[in-house]
Amino acid sequence: MTSAAVSMDEVMLLAGIIFSIGLVGVMVRRNVLYILMSLEIVLNATGLAFVAAGSHWGQPDGQIMFLLILTLAAAEVSVGLGLILQIHRKYDHLDIDQLKLMRG
Amino acid sequence: MFDLLWLVPTLPLLGFLLLVFVPLPSKIAASVGYGTVGLAFLVVLSITNQFLESPPQDGQFVQHLWTWMSVGDFQPAFSFHLDGLTIVMLNVITGVGFLIHCYSAGYMHDDASIARYFAYLNLFVCAMLILVLADNLLFMFLGWEGVGLCSYLLIGFWYKEAENGAAARKAFVVTRIGDTAMAIGLFLLFAQLGTLNIQEVAVRAPALWPQDSMMVTVIALLLLGGAVGKSAQLPLQTWLPDAMAGPTPVSALIHAATMVTAGVYLVARTHALFELSTVAQTVVVWIGLLTLLLAGLSAITQSDIKRILAYSTISQIGYMFLGLGVGAWSASIFHLMTHAFFKALLFLAAGSVIFCLHHKQDIFEMGGLWKKLPLTFASFVIGCACLAGFPYTSGFFSKDEILLGAYYSETGGPLIFAGGALGALITAIYSFRLIFIVFFGESKTEPDAEQSKIMQIPLLILSALAIVGGLFHLPLEQVLPTGSHELAHDQDHLGLTVVLWIIPLLGIAIAYAFFYAKWFNLDGLANNTLYVKLQNFWRGGWGFDWAYDHLIVLPFKFIAEINRADIIDSFYGAVVVVTRQFHRMSSATQTGSTRWYTACMVLGLIFTLLVAVIL
Repeated sequence: MTSAAVSMDEVMLLAGIIFSIGLVGVMVRRNVLYILMSLEIVLNATGLAFVAAGSHWGQPDGQIMFLLILTLAAAEVSVGLGLILQIHRKYDHLDIDQLKLMRG
Repeated sequence: MFDLLWLVPTLPLLGFLLLVFVPLPSKIAASVGYGTVGLAFLVVLSITNQFLESPPQDGQFVQHLWTWMSVGDFQPAFSFHLDGLTIVMLNVITGVGFLIHCYSAGYMHDDASIARYFAYLNLFVCAMLILVLADNLLFMFLGWEGVGLCSYLLIGFWYKEAENGAAARKAFVVTRIGDTAMAIGLFLLFAQLGTLNIQEVAVRAPALWPQDSMMVTVIALLLLGGAVGKSAQLPLQTWLPDAMAGPTPVSALIHAATMVTAGVYLVARTHALFELSTVAQTVVVWIGLLTLLLAGLSAITQSDIKRILAYSTISQIGYMFLGLGVGAWSASIFHLMTHAFFKALLFLAAGSVIFCLHHKQDIFEMGGLWKKLPLTFASFVIGCACLAGFPYTSGFFSKDEILLGAYYSETGGPLIFAGGALGALITAIYSFRLIFIVFFGESKTEPDAEQSKIMQIPLLILSALAIVGGLFHLPLEQVLPTGSHELAHDQDHLGLTVVLWIIPLLGIAIAYAFFYAKWFNLDGLANNTLYVKLQNFWRGGWGFDWAYDHLIVLPFKFIAEINRADIIDSFYGAVVVVTRQFHRMSSATQTGSTRWYTACMVLGLIFTLLVAVIL
C-alpha cells in the first residue's frame, strides 16, 4: 500500500457522482443510444463502489461482483444494441419519447 | 340368486353408457336398447322365482354395495332392498319396460336419433329400478330425480318443435315443486329420526311419535307433495296431458306404466308414517277422489287420442291414491300393476293408430278403423274393457278391491265409495266413447297396413296380461299391513259387488247410446252456451292451467319485467364500477414513456433514502 492511497470516502463519493451522471443521462437523453451509454456509466459506477468496498474489507467478494457486473453489462449492451438496430430499421429514428406503444 | 340383484339396474345402465359413448348403426342401437332391458328382465324373473319358492328370512333381502357418503351419523348407502313390493315393481318395470322397448324399436325405426332415444330410455329404466330397489330414502331420491330427468329428456325428444320443449320444461318445473316439498320432508325426517333407512324409519317412527302427532302429519304431507307432483295428482296434475308431446311408447312407459306410479310406490313404502296420521290419510283419500273425478270428466271432452289416455292415467292413479288413503295398501299396488298392463297396452295400441295414420291424433278425423287395423282394434277393446272395469278383466278385480276397501275403511265410507263408483262410470263412458268414435262410424282416413311383428307381439302379450293380470297373487303380506279391503272380505257385500258389476255395463251402454247409436244428439247442444262453456272448461282441464298462468306465471313474468335491472345485482354492479374506476386510474400511470418511468423510479429512490436518513 502506498501513502498516496485514496480514502474510502473519496472513492465512494466519486462512484456516487459517476452514478448520478449516468442516472441524469438516462433521464434527460431522448436518444436510445445515449440512454444505453448512460446505463453503462451507471453500471460502472456500481462496479467501482464494489471494488472499493472489497478492498476496504480485504475481501475478494467485491471483485467477484465486479466481474459479474461486467458480464451483465456485456450481455446488456449486446441485447440493447440489437434492439436499437431493430428500432432504427423499423422507425428510422431513435427518439424514446415517440416510442410509446406500451401506453396503458 | 339374490346376489345378482345388483345386475338388474346395472344392465340398463351399461346399455345407456354403450349407446352414449359408442356410435352404433340404428339397428344395433335398438337391439342394445331392448336387449339390456330384456336381460335385466330375465334376472328379475329368476330372482322372483327364487323369492316365491324359498323366500328369504322375514321376506326381505338386503344387498349392501358401498357407503355413499359418511358425514357423522349420516351414512346413506348404495344398498338394495328386496321384498314382496320390490318384486312386484321390478317385474312391472322390466317386464312391461321390455315389451315397450321392443315396440319402440319398430315405432322409432326410421328416426335418425334412435340411439339417443334408446339411451334415454335405458337410463330411465335404470333410474326407475334404483327408485324401487333403494333401501334408504336418499338413494331413492336419486332414482326419483333420475326418472324426472329422463321424463324431461323424452318429452322433449323431438326438441326441434318449440312446443315439445315447452311441454318438457313444464313437466320438469311442476314436478320439481313436489320434489322440493319431498326434499324438505326428508330433511325433517332425518332431523327427527336420525335415519333415512326405510326399514328403520318404519320401526322408529311409531316409537317416537304418538298417533296423529303434528310432526308426523307435516312429514307425511310433505312426502305426499312429492308423490302428488310425480304422479300428476291434484293440484300438480297439469303437466301430464302436455307430456304427451313425447313419442307414444315413452308415454306408455313413463307416463302410464311406471314413473307416474312412483308416487303411489312412495306412499306405500312409507306407509308407516301415513298410518300414524289420520289427517294425511284423509288428505290422500280426497286428493285421489277429486283427481279421479275431475280427470275423468276432462277425459270425456278431449279430442286428442293421447290426451284422453293421459287424463285417464291421472284418473286411474287417483284410484290408487284413494286406495292408499283408505288403507287398502295392497289393492293399490295391485291396481298399479294391472293399470301398468292395460294402460301400456292402450298407449301402444294408440301408438299403432297414430303410426298407421301418419301422426294424426284427432279422434274425430278417425273412424271405422276396426276392419283395417284388426289387431289394434282387439287390443284397444281389451285395454278399454280393463280400464272400464268390465267384469273378470284385470281392472275389474283391482278397482273392486279399492272401492270395497273404501267402503269399509275408517277414512273412507259410503260417500267415498259412491264417488269412486261414479268415477268408474265416467271411466267406462270415456273409454268406450274412444272406441266407438275411433273404430266405428264412417271411415274418414285410409291407414297404412298394420306394422311389423316387433310392434304386434308386445300388443298380444300385453293383451293377455291385461286379461289375466287380475288372477296374479302379489306377495305383499309381509310388506304392507292388512288392508281395509281384506277386512271387507269377511263382510257381506253382495250389494256392493252387484253395483260394481252393473257400473261398467251401464257406462258402456251410455257410451253406445251417445256415440254409436246416436239416440241422443249432442250436436243440437252446440248452440247452447252453457254446454259449450262447460265443455271447454272440462277440455281445458278445469282451468287449472289458466289459473296457474294467471296466479303464478304471469305475476312472476310481470315482476321479472319490472325488475329487469335486478335490484340485488346492482350491488355487484357497484363493485364492478368502483373496481373499473380504480383500474382506469392505475392504467393512467402506464404512459409508455421510458423516461417518465425512470424519473419516477429516481424520485421514489430519493424519497426512500430521505425517509431512511430522517428516521
